[in-house]
Amino acid sequence: MADSARYHREKFHRYILEAQKFDSGFVSLPNRYVDPYSGSRSYEKINLKGTGTILSYTIIHIASDQFAHTTPFPVAIIETDEGARLTVMVTDCDINDVKIGARVELVFRKIMEEGESGIINYGYKAILI
Amino acid sequence: MVGIVGYGAYVPAHRIKSSTIAEQWGSDPAAIERGLLLSEKTVPGQDEDTITISVAAAKNALKRARIDPKKIGAVYIGSESHPYAVKPSGTILIDALGIGPHVHVADYEFACKAGSEAMYVAYSHVKSGEMEYALGIGADTSQGAPGDALEYSASAGGAAFIFGKTNVVAEVLFTHSYTSDTPDFWRREYQRYPRHGGRFTGEPAYFRHILGASRAILEKSGMKASDFAFAVFHMPNGKFPLKVGKTLGFTNQQMEQGWVVNIMGNTYSGSSPTGLTAILDIAKPGDKIFMCSFGSGAGSDAFIFQVTDKILEVQDLAPKTRDILNGKKIYLSYGKYAAYRKKILFND
Repeated sequence: MADSARYHREKFHRYILEAQKFDSGFVSLPNRYVDPYSGSRSYEKINLKGTGTILSYTIIHIASDQFAHTTPFPVAIIETDEGARLTVMVTDCDINDVKIGARVELVFRKIMEEGESGIINYGYKAILI
Repeated sequence: MVGIVGYGAYVPAHRIKSSTIAEQWGSDPAAIERGLLLSEKTVPGQDEDTITISVAAAKNALKRARIDPKKIGAVYIGSESHPYAVKPSGTILIDALGIGPHVHVADYEFACKAGSEAMYVAYSHVKSGEMEYALGIGADTSQGAPGDALEYSASAGGAAFIFGKTNVVAEVLFTHSYTSDTPDFWRREYQRYPRHGGRFTGEPAYFRHILGASRAILEKSGMKASDFAFAVFHMPNGKFPLKVGKTLGFTNQQMEQGWVVNIMGNTYSGSSPTGLTAILDIAKPGDKIFMCSFGSGAGSDAFIFQVTDKILEVQDLAPKTRDILNGKKIYLSYGKYAAYRKKILFND
């Protein structure tokens, strides 16, 4: 379970897809200190447009407690048009329609609730387009 | 000139048919569809709520307005299903859209009229010269108790409007509000479902307030029903808006484009605002549009808009409301619907 402080700290990458573009052209979301390919620590902040392609996916049938009532659901690794690779839940779909190479759009959705009385975590999920 | 510079709507992909609900409770599906003029309604996905719906609608409004979100000076979300009892919906929305932090934010509530309230205040801020742009949103994930008549109509969706003074697509010509203390529909704190006064929700509530606001704004403007290309009223079911419109002299032709209730249900605070977006999607320069909301408790906000030449530039910049409604649909069984709407109690 995320905690409120971490959720708050990460809100800009969760909400508006704020990513890093390192000198080498490597694009990362979430944030990291060092480009793993070039070793560079120099980057600019960019906002991803929110469109991409599924590189790989799996269907979750047995989920953690938070998501137990939403199974089965797909989780995909997507590459955004800027080159960032993200792991995302795919929503509003028939699980049979999820394919490698399918185009997706990232949308703002509720990810989970920190219990009945805790905060609600929002972020990005993918829908097929 | 002050008016709408960008508008957008959003409804979830999930649906339940009126016949599915009728069969669950042993009612005659044909009688329900005929009586309420509702064939299906939208249902929020398990990952959707008033905030995500508001964000999706406002994104579409921003696409049409083509403005820097930082220039928006106020954001108001009207809803009776704000996800938090204490914590604003609007703060999450502004960070999700890149608005602020130099922005005035508030959440509104007034049963089904909270959306038009948000629009009215946003419009008034711009008109007063206090700010360049203001955003008003009506969105809901409405509740209806199992087996209650409301269950056929209570649906999910929303519409967003950015008001400004430049590149106006629909000028606000007149507004008028009509309000009184009328206990036709309510929900007490900690209650899961609203209660209503049955037939009392009709004449003394819906019709009295819509007719009060509409007749006053027509008198104020010196206009008559035939001056308008389109009209839209709050849509708690299919019949009420057509009846109130007819009483005021509007024809079905003027009302059919905004009458989205038969395939959407009653999106409460998003109801007449979403109908307005469907009208703006096809409106032509010079068209006059009549809109009147209704919120239980009770009150109505009436607006008269005049469409400008700029409308043609923005209509195709974001998905059109009827295209969203007729687009992807995922039909739910009653069991799935009950689980989605948290009508089933689970163990911890």
